[in-house]
Amino acid sequence: MTPDDSRPEHDPAASISKETLLEIRQVSKCFGSREVLKGISLEIAAGEFLTLLGESGSGKTTLLRLIAGFEQPSSGEIRMAGERLDTLPPYKRRVNTVFQNYALFPHLSVRENVSYGLQVSGVAKTEISGRASDALRMVKMEEYAASRTTKLSGGQQQRVALARALVNRPKLLLLDEPLSALDANLRKQMQVELKTLQRELGITFLFVTHDQEEAMALSDRIALLKDGALEQVGSPREIYAHPATSYAAQFIGQTNLVRTDVRGGIARCGSLQWGTTSSDGNVLFSLRPEAIHRVADGRVPTDAVRFHGLIRQQIFSGSSEQLELEVSGALLKARVPAQGPLAGAHEFWFSPSDAVAVLE
Amino acid sequence: MYSRAYKTIVSLPPLVWIGMFLLLPYALMFAHSFWLVRNGMIVHHWGLRNYATLFQNPLYAEVLFRTMRIAAGVTLLSLLLGYPLAYYMSFHAGARKDLLYQLVIVPLWVSYLVRGYAWKTILGSDGVLNGFLQYIHITKEPVSFFLYSPFAVILMLTHIYTPFVFLPLYASLEHIPRNLVEASHDLGAGWRATFLRVILPLSLPGLLAGATFAFVLTLGDFLAPLLVGGPSSIMIANIVQSLFGTAYDWPLGASISVCILLLTISLLFLTEQLEKKWAYQ
Repeated sequence: MTPDDSRPEHDPAASISKETLLEIRQVSKCFGSREVLKGISLEIAAGEFLTLLGESGSGKTTLLRLIAGFEQPSSGEIRMAGERLDTLPPYKRRVNTVFQNYALFPHLSVRENVSYGLQVSGVAKTEISGRASDALRMVKMEEYAASRTTKLSGGQQQRVALARALVNRPKLLLLDEPLSALDANLRKQMQVELKTLQRELGITFLFVTHDQEEAMALSDRIALLKDGALEQVGSPREIYAHPATSYAAQFIGQTNLVRTDVRGGIARCGSLQWGTTSSDGNVLFSLRPEAIHRVADGRVPTDAVRFHGLIRQQIFSGSSEQLELEVSGALLKARVPAQGPLAGAHEFWFSPSDAVAVLE
Repeated sequence: MYSRAYKTIVSLPPLVWIGMFLLLPYALMFAHSFWLVRNGMIVHHWGLRNYATLFQNPLYAEVLFRTMRIAAGVTLLSLLLGYPLAYYMSFHAGARKDLLYQLVIVPLWVSYLVRGYAWKTILGSDGVLNGFLQYIHITKEPVSFFLYSPFAVILMLTHIYTPFVFLPLYASLEHIPRNLVEASHDLGAGWRATFLRVILPLSLPGLLAGATFAFVLTLGDFLAPLLVGGPSSIMIANIVQSLFGTAYDWPLGASISVCILLLTISLLFLTEQLEKKWAYQ
């Protein structure tokens, strides 16, 4: 849970930030006999930056399209600020979208693209000009106002697409993999700008991506989708520290999945054993590589699980080293501070609290 | 890299084709337009007499304007028929798209003449239309003005050329990225505004190509007036035909042909410039 939960109920800032903007209730979507979304329920708070994260085919874009109104749910309902959204045509929803390939109008100039939404909604001409200029300034594109959009670079088109959506002051902005077409450096830069914009404007962002790093960097909360169902919803730190399933543990960050046999509060895997609150049976644990430390590197807590590992591979990555350890026949990944070449057997440890029981 | 011999060999057929079937006939036509007919023989005396005749005798201008009026009518009508059809098929036909497309194409396989005669039987005094009107008691006697009028020519040519208007239009509508339509709806535009502000402007190149087809093809048509038009709807190509035929005045016919050719070329040049200007992708 977020720290906001501990605030007293009468705190106005807290009650505003917790107000539900979008409510998705048991939404399913079938294309023919294929069920793309399976009874999704999700609430998005006003002002939140929520990311739908998933592999291609997980249904994340379909969910976005249902909210935008380009598709109709097969069952379930979507409400915005308490009112039915899914029965409205897309042009009556106070939702705007930044499309994956930007979808800028090729026959219009940058300024005309940005003004489009205001023009079709009958906003006064004098107001349109001012708001379009503000929006272009916000994304640093005012000097390109008269350009054709087809002449712009990917990053510039991205900015225009953002301005074109934001100028309408939507309650909710949908972003469909908006950064996937940009090169790595530009993507990092746009991530920062997106996050800054979102904070300054206070608009709720619903962001779709398959890139877990991007999701972690940007989001207040991540909704992880797998095969059309929600795998886990939570803040990036929550999901990273307490993955609910082996899929969540593997998809968000790197991890070691350790299969154990639990009996009487003790989990056993080969020569390793530690105390757990899990009930008896076959239990899978997720252990992050950076939770494994070298005994030689510092103080070892008393409850630590110690073990000997044979270093099979060492990959240097600047500030840290990734090690592949052979421990009683199994391989474990460990991330330790950089310290020069290592070889042979070493003693390692991890804390039992870092081993998180996950569902299969 | 390709060898010089290879390049020469592959470029030969198009060169021969263009030379024999395009340049040579046009050169002959051009030369004829400056010659004369004397005592039933073509004499190779160069002069502008034929062009002077065209500009002095108001008959030619009158027929040319009538031809252009008919061409404009055919263009307008086939756009009015073809655009909604192409729009519906491209955006709303769904799975019926392919079937409808075939249905539009099929009439093109039927001979022009057969379709022309079909209109003759529909519009004639004892034709289907008159029979129907008498059957439902709207008219008591056969109406004769359906057939042998500019109206009949426009009707027949609209029927024949609508697929030619439809095809480029449909292609240009199909090329509009669907996410532009979604973006327009997303920004608050309904179907009407989306059509006027996004779809129509982006389909202009196809619209222009289709309109050019209908106009230029009608401009050179001489069968429709013969089949269903009658004397009141003689078109410029009929005059050319009679000059090359019974009147045996090839030079005058050639000079009219040169004029029509220049008119058509400037029209094509103009529309191509516009199409380039309107092609955004």
